[in-house]
Amino acid sequence: MSWITKTLTSSIGRKIIMAVTGLFLCTFLVVHLIGNLQLFKHDQGAAFNTYSHFMGTNPIIRTIEWGLVLGFGFHIFEALVLTRRNKTARGAQGYVSNHSEQNSEWTSRNMGILGSIILIFLLVHLYNFFWRARFAGDLPKMGGADPLTSDYDNLYMAVVSSFHIWWYVLLYVAAQISLGYHLWHGFRSGFQTLGLNHRKYTPLIKYVGYVFAVVVSAGFASMPLYFFLFTNAQGEMAANAPAILQTVASAF
Amino acid sequence: MAGSNPNAKPMNLTLKVWRQPNRQAQGQIVEYHVKDISPDMSFLEMLDVLNEDLLHAGQDPVAFDHDCREGICGSCDLFINGRSHGPEKGTTTCQLHMRKFSDGDTITIEPWRANAFPVNKDLSVDRSAFDRIIQAGGYVSVNTGGAPDGNEIPIPKEIADRAFEAATCIGCGACVAACKNASAMLFVSAKVSQLALLPQGNVERKTRVENMVAQMDKEGFGACTNIGSCAAECPVGISLENIAILNREFLAAKATSNNLA
Amino acid sequence: MLLDSKIPEGPLAEKWDKHKFNVKLVNPANKRKYDVIVVGTGLAGGAAAASLAELGYNVKAFTYHDSPRRAHSIAAQGGINAAKNYQNDGDSVFRLFYDTIKGGDYRAREANVYRLAQVSVNIIDQCVAQGVPFAREYGGLLANRSFGGAQVSRTFYARGQTGQQLLLGAYSALSRQIAYGKVKMYTRSEMLDVVIVDGQARGIVTRNLVNGEIETHAAHAVVLATGGYGNVFYLSTNAKYCNVTAAWRAHKKGAFFANPCFTQIHPTCIPVSGDYQSKLTLMSESLRNDGRVWVPKTVEMAERVRKGQIKPQDIAEDDRDYFLERKYPAFGNLVPRDVASRNAKMMCDENRGVGSTGLAVYLDFSDIIKRTGAEAVSQKYGNLFDMYAKITDENPYEMPMRIYPAVHYTMGGLWVDYNLQTTVPGLYATGECNFSDHGANRLGASALMQGLADGYFVIPYTIGDYLANTPPKPVDTNHPAFAESKAYVQARTEQLLGIKGNRTPDEFHKALGHIMWEYCGMARTAEGLKHAKAEIQRLRKEFWSDVKVVGTGEEMNQALEKAGRVADFLELGELMVDDAYNRNESCGGHFREEYQTPEGEALRDDENYAYVAAWEYQGDNQPEKLNKEELVFENVKLTQRSYK
Repeated sequence: MSWITKTLTSSIGRKIIMAVTGLFLCTFLVVHLIGNLQLFKHDQGAAFNTYSHFMGTNPIIRTIEWGLVLGFGFHIFEALVLTRRNKTARGAQGYVSNHSEQNSEWTSRNMGILGSIILIFLLVHLYNFFWRARFAGDLPKMGGADPLTSDYDNLYMAVVSSFHIWWYVLLYVAAQISLGYHLWHGFRSGFQTLGLNHRKYTPLIKYVGYVFAVVVSAGFASMPLYFFLFTNAQGEMAANAPAILQTVASAF
Repeated sequence: MAGSNPNAKPMNLTLKVWRQPNRQAQGQIVEYHVKDISPDMSFLEMLDVLNEDLLHAGQDPVAFDHDCREGICGSCDLFINGRSHGPEKGTTTCQLHMRKFSDGDTITIEPWRANAFPVNKDLSVDRSAFDRIIQAGGYVSVNTGGAPDGNEIPIPKEIADRAFEAATCIGCGACVAACKNASAMLFVSAKVSQLALLPQGNVERKTRVENMVAQMDKEGFGACTNIGSCAAECPVGISLENIAILNREFLAAKATSNNLA
Repeated sequence: MLLDSKIPEGPLAEKWDKHKFNVKLVNPANKRKYDVIVVGTGLAGGAAAASLAELGYNVKAFTYHDSPRRAHSIAAQGGINAAKNYQNDGDSVFRLFYDTIKGGDYRAREANVYRLAQVSVNIIDQCVAQGVPFAREYGGLLANRSFGGAQVSRTFYARGQTGQQLLLGAYSALSRQIAYGKVKMYTRSEMLDVVIVDGQARGIVTRNLVNGEIETHAAHAVVLATGGYGNVFYLSTNAKYCNVTAAWRAHKKGAFFANPCFTQIHPTCIPVSGDYQSKLTLMSESLRNDGRVWVPKTVEMAERVRKGQIKPQDIAEDDRDYFLERKYPAFGNLVPRDVASRNAKMMCDENRGVGSTGLAVYLDFSDIIKRTGAEAVSQKYGNLFDMYAKITDENPYEMPMRIYPAVHYTMGGLWVDYNLQTTVPGLYATGECNFSDHGANRLGASALMQGLADGYFVIPYTIGDYLANTPPKPVDTNHPAFAESKAYVQARTEQLLGIKGNRTPDEFHKALGHIMWEYCGMARTAEGLKHAKAEIQRLRKEFWSDVKVVGTGEEMNQALEKAGRVADFLELGELMVDDAYNRNESCGGHFREEYQTPEGEALRDDENYAYVAAWEYQGDNQPEKLNKEELVFENVKLTQRSYK
């Protein structure tokens, strides 16, 4: 083995891969969330569809997409390797009584479970939107007057119809709660693993991480909840939607 | 003779103790009862009472590691009620006192659990893996004699204090025992930080961290997932900051050392 | 047998340098042909094993611990003395020498003590180079604190964990040599006999504490660094495993045992709280720098304190007796340990002791807390205060600590000459295991100094002198002496297991400890000692017919280990009593009530007792033979110690 593979397969090396990919995926979450906010725009999905068409066709984005695939791939692969290794490290005989809840946070100890829920969600999510848009090609087209956008996939309608299926919404929300907890630990953990710990900045990183976890997961969860609770089958806001939503929507 | 708290009432306790005759044998939890335990007793003195009872009854006393009984040698290593060194923060088993328990309590006592810490007998485990990690580089390579005057290199007080705090690790293994991953990172990082902070350790800074981490992995300890149980259970308060320093030292060493192997 | 201390000729200050030049050297290429066994890996043993390996010898090191890092050296709190004079307060090698000789009440060998003071400065340099994080001033230079028995600040420290940091330094040096393959480390191995071949120490017999295997190991020389025997008192500040077995077995094989009755009772320990007590915890002597020792002035007031009717912090200044400051204005609370201990005992004997048992005096920090704030005090003594609070459930920041003397250190030990060689050629003793440097009383922060001096800077030179005279032929364990020793060890193990009596080893140990503390502790009388001797003999007889050990020798068997150690303590105890009885004077830690000044201070008899009592084993149940090494003082004047 060369020094590189040795480094990357050492316990710390693998953790560094986890941290780097994890923090990279955090940046993806930011982009994804901001883009998706266009779902809230009151234009029958025109902006959102244009955006998704751009994301699906732009060569730079398509290149970065591979980075994303690798990011997820390594994050998941290293997680599996490390989990196995860490289970072996405890040995065959575990504790009869173990009260780790008294010395650590639940999220920190259950990143694997949280990550697995997110992974299941991710597969469903990818199949439903990504796969259908990119490979199956069975999504309805936007249509309409504008010749530029009329043959764009109408991903918006696919989203709206999916978000009217109760179990789908439930899966989404559950996954976002998991993501929130995953980030709650993962964000600061990434910095710690990279050795970025300083008595001045570490508290800051910790709280930024908490805010990040809440904003990102709440932001994503708000979409299925909004469509399920407050819109009709076309994605138009129902009359019974709270006034605040009406105000926010009109501001977009 | 009365203790420091004359009003404290003696306690009767149920103990669930891991018994295992030797490394190869299967072990199991065995239940014992001890009576009239003074709240001023240390936890190990309570076990002494149990062992005297067992011996009188012609049974094999419970083997456990202990020595100084003042919290510094790092010998004692009991997993008490699901916690390394029991319920009190910043305390070794020998400094844990029975006043932390109540009459009628059931106390579960297990050995440290880690693949790298095989059980010798009952509650005594083999922690020689820690020694081998130190042997891999946890030292400054200076022979006896010929050292320059102690005041030749001034060391800022703040640095000396931080190095000292890392150096106070007693090598008990509570961190490994508490960690979900049985990781030894807190132990390794304490030594790496101490020597990385001090000018004396600077010369071998890179090889030290590379070799110690390699040995740590070889011993079969798990990888750190920044849970923080280790630092929370560390009887001498070694901080998680040390693990970040270790990660940083490791990364920097791997990136810049001339070691191609 | 004539005791030859082999003190080099010449002026005191030149002896060691001259001796280093005169000793024979082993050629570097030949060093690897010699094997050296080091038993014990605390400060003395760890340092010796590492340093000898660095020189090129093949070292086999043994410890009964699971790791060399756990030796009881680790528990030393306060610091280590060195004549660096960094504080510009008039310290010098001679002053450290003088303080140590005087502190030892003129019962130590001048040449050894002077050498100790000389190499003390190298120890600090060596430890700093190893990465020992000593306390430092803001300017980055090493800090010092003052300690009992000295009027200069020469004690280097690492908060309250100096011993730990120094031991970890020695452990790291040792670990490095283990990694190089120059030291073969045997952990959880207890030495149970020395093997003598043709009058020379050639190996040891050990028991593997995990699987019970009895092993033999051969070498060209054997170094014992097995610590002190304070646990003969059962309750002491020593760690639970500390024992005399290695030294005692060496004694039975011909090594003389010197001044066994010289035991140090440390003044500042946490008082006993109950019968279950398994050990006593020391509060570092450094606390006496800032803590003030007192008891209530009147018996009535003390009585009220004992009954809990009044809290110590509520007692008016006028009603307190700061007895050390009153009696010793020059040294105040910093008088040597024996003086402080004895005075605490006197106060309790006057019925002015405090705590529910009346066996305690106060160590009060309220003044320093008022002066510098609790934060500053915590910086200095935080871990000690925490430890006190944990054990006693009392907050020393709010109320004074209760302290009482406890057995702490044994100045006596195997007799060694200037080369640290015992009366058995090839058998060396270092650190607390030997008797050499502290006379009748050890000054604080000197044990770490002596252990490291012996290990790093003395034995590497002196053992070469012996080895250079030994042919570099390989040694093995085929000589019948090894089989004999092994058989002896096995037979003894079988014997202990075969008694199947009714009393546990701990019960015998406690009984012995009680006798020792009552009659051979802080104050001794001829009559009491006679009584103690008979009691010990009776107890030993009972032990060998009534001790109860279960299980077998072929497994981890902690009760068996204990029984073996108690058996040796039962023999040592009697020798200590004999020695105390023989020494018709008071000196340092040895206080015979018959011999005191009108003020109650120790009264030496330099005319008749300025000698080292080196006892020679004569066979089981035979009285030991007394050999004397006269102590010659050419550089200090023997005076009545005065700390007033």
